[in-house]
Amino acid sequence: MAPNDELMNENLGINRRHFFSKLSVGLGTVALGSLMIPGLFDRRGNQYAGIPEFGVPHFAPKAKRIIYLFQAGAPSQLESFDYKPLLNERMGEDLPESIRGGQRLTGMTANQDKFPLVGSFAGFKQYGKNGTWISDYFPHIGKIVDEICLVKSMHTEAINHDPAITFFQTGNQNSGRPSMGAWMSYGLGNENQNLPSFVVLTSRGKGNSQGLYSKLWSSGFLDSKHQGVLLRSGKDPVLYLNDPDGVSRKDKRTMLDNIAALNNEHYDRVHDDEIQSRIAQYEMAYRMQMSVPEVMDIKKEPESVIKMYGAEALIPGTFAANCLQARRLAENGVRFIQLYHQGWDQHGNLPNEMSKQAMDVDQASAALVLDLKQRGMLDDTLVIWGGEFGRTNYCQGRFRPDNYGRDHHPRSFSIWMAGGGVKKGISYGETDEFGYNIIQNPVHIHDFHATLLHLMGIDHEQLIYKYQGRRFRLTDVAGNVVNDIIA
Amino acid sequence: MGLRQYFLLIVSLVFLFGVVWLLLPDDREGSSFAGSRQDIPDEISFNFHVKPIISDKCFACHGPDANKRKAGLRLDDEAGAKSELVENPGKYAIIPSEPDQSELIARIFSDDENVMMPPPDSHLQLSDLEKAILKKWIDQGAAYELHWSFVPPEKSALPIVKDKDWPQNEIDFFILNAMEKIGLSPSLPASKEKLIRRLSLDITGLPPSVGELHRFVLSVDEIKYEEAIDYYLNKPAYGEHLTRDWLDVARYADSHGYQDDSYRTMWPWRDWVIHAFNENMSYNQFLKWQIAGDLLPDANLEQIMATGFNRNHPITQEGGVIDEEYRSTYVSDRTNTLGKGILGLTLECAKCHDHKYDLISQKDYFSMYAFFNNVNEKGLQMDAVQAKNRKYYADAPFITIDDERAEGIFSFLNYSDTVPVKVMVMNDSAYRETHVLSRGEYNAPADIVEASTPAIVMEFDESYPKNRLGLAQWLTDNKNPLTARVYVNRLWALVFGKGIVTTVEDFGNQGALPTHPELLDWLAVDFMEHGWDIKYLLKKIVTSATYQQSSAMPPEKKKSDPENMYYARGPRYRLGAEEIRDYMLATSGLLHGEIGGPSVKPYQPPGLWEETNAGGNRGILTSYVPDTGDKLYRRSLYTFWKRTLPPPSMAIFDAPNRDLCEVRRQKTNTPLQALALQNDEQILEGARVLAENISKGASASQEAVQAMFQHILLRNPTDRELGRMVDYFDQNMEIFSKESDKAEKLIAIGEHASHASDTAKTAALMMVAQVLYNLDETITKE
Repeated sequence: MAPNDELMNENLGINRRHFFSKLSVGLGTVALGSLMIPGLFDRRGNQYAGIPEFGVPHFAPKAKRIIYLFQAGAPSQLESFDYKPLLNERMGEDLPESIRGGQRLTGMTANQDKFPLVGSFAGFKQYGKNGTWISDYFPHIGKIVDEICLVKSMHTEAINHDPAITFFQTGNQNSGRPSMGAWMSYGLGNENQNLPSFVVLTSRGKGNSQGLYSKLWSSGFLDSKHQGVLLRSGKDPVLYLNDPDGVSRKDKRTMLDNIAALNNEHYDRVHDDEIQSRIAQYEMAYRMQMSVPEVMDIKKEPESVIKMYGAEALIPGTFAANCLQARRLAENGVRFIQLYHQGWDQHGNLPNEMSKQAMDVDQASAALVLDLKQRGMLDDTLVIWGGEFGRTNYCQGRFRPDNYGRDHHPRSFSIWMAGGGVKKGISYGETDEFGYNIIQNPVHIHDFHATLLHLMGIDHEQLIYKYQGRRFRLTDVAGNVVNDIIA
Repeated sequence: MGLRQYFLLIVSLVFLFGVVWLLLPDDREGSSFAGSRQDIPDEISFNFHVKPIISDKCFACHGPDANKRKAGLRLDDEAGAKSELVENPGKYAIIPSEPDQSELIARIFSDDENVMMPPPDSHLQLSDLEKAILKKWIDQGAAYELHWSFVPPEKSALPIVKDKDWPQNEIDFFILNAMEKIGLSPSLPASKEKLIRRLSLDITGLPPSVGELHRFVLSVDEIKYEEAIDYYLNKPAYGEHLTRDWLDVARYADSHGYQDDSYRTMWPWRDWVIHAFNENMSYNQFLKWQIAGDLLPDANLEQIMATGFNRNHPITQEGGVIDEEYRSTYVSDRTNTLGKGILGLTLECAKCHDHKYDLISQKDYFSMYAFFNNVNEKGLQMDAVQAKNRKYYADAPFITIDDERAEGIFSFLNYSDTVPVKVMVMNDSAYRETHVLSRGEYNAPADIVEASTPAIVMEFDESYPKNRLGLAQWLTDNKNPLTARVYVNRLWALVFGKGIVTTVEDFGNQGALPTHPELLDWLAVDFMEHGWDIKYLLKKIVTSATYQQSSAMPPEKKKSDPENMYYARGPRYRLGAEEIRDYMLATSGLLHGEIGGPSVKPYQPPGLWEETNAGGNRGILTSYVPDTGDKLYRRSLYTFWKRTLPPPSMAIFDAPNRDLCEVRRQKTNTPLQALALQNDEQILEGARVLAENISKGASASQEAVQAMFQHILLRNPTDRELGRMVDYFDQNMEIFSKESDKAEKLIAIGEHASHASDTAKTAALMMVAQVLYNLDETITKE
């Protein structure tokens, strides 16, 4: 099914009502219609809002889907992907004012009279063809370095978690905008009629964690059918998915047939197409009751695969299990799979906490990339790994030689991507030798969003939605595609 | 149908399409409408035909925002649009009556990419019809008009109608006149049962009881309608229902929001709103107290509590934030809420730069902001860990409710706490100079501004004090062109599912135009003439014949007016989130009618708060423990609202998260809703309890099914429906009689004590109830 049918239909001015007005309606026609044109039955919630002017995709997409391994709390780039031996050499010395350059500080370190530099306790090794430096906390990621595109020059304006993570997910620091997964669903539609196009999985590590909020996967002002659906480990993977005890699948079918029959009878009295739409939604719900548990059931995964992701993949709700789920969802046509892993907020006790956090995610993140590759899916699946900002090169609080923590740092941090049309085995962007300022090829969050949309075949300036009289974009009024990292 | 009638029908349909299309601020640039299919009106109206086009397609570069204006040309201002072009001496964008000499026309019809307007890189295009309208407008003299919503409303004479028997009150003259002009006629009145159901839902948010139906519906043609209106307006449930709507405007929640999202006690403010609606406080006073109750002469504690309205915004408890950044955000939030919720203006669009479409400058924005900038508050008062160890859950300034006050001035509160409760309120004890903030950023102060209001709306009278009290006086002045219109429109939307101005949040240039402008104005003036009396207004609306029509959509009306812009049929749309849950509670008999008090925690799928919280020690909302007993069955407006994870049974049905002021909810139709209606414990329990009660009273299956229809759908089944459901009941009886363990499992759901004497019969009836609870008709107001 062509993914952009929804927009095409709207552009052609064919909405559900027009469709019905052209046909004499019997249930047969309705069922046929729903198969042929996905999204036909969905109501445009904000019916006076705008629609994108032109058909999507705007050009041939390189990626068909995205798996975003979001590391919530902001992992330190200095203990992972941005190797700065100078910090070890100048351990305990004050950060020169010329480097800090008036950067605003959070309330946690604003009152510090000294900013003692601190180097990574984790060692670094070179990996891959280009000898990319990666810390000893992430040996598995080191081994796939020739598959990934490392961006060491990300930057943002936000310095606190809530606005920063909201910015990453929605393109704005304040609440109310659609999440990028919702934008993708809006722009590209749904590939699988039995699963949502945007799903969310969460997990939590052992480190200091920050909360998550449903606004991060919200559809904002877009129709709520585009919002992320939280898939949970345990008995009810989607809210209210399970029928009550005492109702079998067959009983449910009979019940739905009766609901549909009475709904149809009422339709014949009042002729409101919303009733037909509701019948279709009940059928979709019925299919989801089968398809969701099926896709989440990993029993049939061979041992070799479990071994790749690590034994934790068998424990529902872990990051490893979610990575494996992500691959299964990707195989089933889910367009945007958003993982959040909490626990990366190391204001103190960083070496201890971060090594544990890394243990939770390192193997499974690398396994996901390799697993996609061995299935031939990496070429059109974009995997992204990273947090909401970086961490300071100086320690929070007094310098002690045996332990340290790092505060929030918006000016530079690292993320990596793999597959989906980005170049393999490259590093992009550089920070200064203090790991504080970007000295080459800065990538702002808006640029990052523009690039993701580009990889998905969307011109970020043309994917718009008109709300409250204004045309909104994921990239607001900014953003440049980072062509240098596109394969 | 004779040939002549057929011809007339076609002509009127073509005309109707044109009118409806012009009224909708649609955005279908991509498709080109052939001029032949779209009749251009004989007389071009600036406000109705021209401005929607130039605002949407031209103002971004040639509008009110001076900093982004291209080529020095502005089209929003008549003098500017008709002046010599700065960059093109000797030429004029618009020369009245000379379209061929007007540069604007040359540009919009040009094919040259370097010349054409809008330029290709703007991704904005004018349709052929739009171009033709602009040309004709210039040809007719290019007259400008003040934006419609800034012209003070006046009561016009009632329009003449042909069918003199139909109107019940003034509303109907406006509605019928518009219908007759395009050849539509009203629908028949709704059936009496449907009408009482609709009325009860609209006024109280609850379905009528079976007893009420019998009381007001005497026979097929006889109804005590007026008595029913008064009855429902006087039920306390009325105040609860209007409060439910106001809570979205006021972005009310029981948590602070932002990432740690800990507890706050604003519920006494919510109880005050219920009290105010039930006392039928006039809307102008209702606003005045909420905006500036603390500044009234000799303000009492109740008036001060009302100002909690402006403290309902999210407040961060994230350690390490920059205080001023957040304080500034709160002040903006109040400003934006005033705009969207009360004035119907997108003020927030003027925070970072002059408004692109409306004549509201950045200076205007910060002049409004200045009213809210003197609160003695902090951006971060305490982080969530500290907050957990406090005995109260409010950030200063606040007032305290104790036993003595709860028995005195706050006697309307449902207060039974032993610990005093603190409620956040406004006070202006920290005067601050207000600056325009460059790009809207807290750390980029520019020019100093004084508190004032946008002159384009209405001058700020010299006699008003320059504080929130003055703002409140300005808002509620009968000369203010927006306040009454916006509220009347919202109340209309509450009943009809859409406003006369469909963009209830935006009465500016980019908002929709009123479908019935004279009606909106008539209602607004009438509302003010009657002392801003909300019950009077609501009664006026529901007394109209327009309201009382059947909502069935005959195919020809569906075709000619799919969105019911002409109100040639009654409203039909899905109930809101709270109403759906309340409907199940009320019809099953589980509803516990207690009013007010601290919010309650009904059933919710386990683990949701726990999976996303920030760790166990942050605040006190880290895990969700459902209440027990009566608290499970309270009306949904009392359901505990945690902003970062709103109650799923509400969010799934399009309730906003309450981070921001919201005045229009989506009405979607999704598979997740289907799952929630089928499997939410709350609804299953309702079905079970109703089944138990009916199974006790009814002996025959037919009788039981009939009773089920009466309770849930508030009507008798048709023969076919009855036959089908009796069969369904019998099938289930057979299943559950054979497999009694299945029946036992099914009816074990929910905490409410079971009185089932016949397990199989109860289970079978419960399945019937489940079918009926999942019908479109049940969750729809029609």
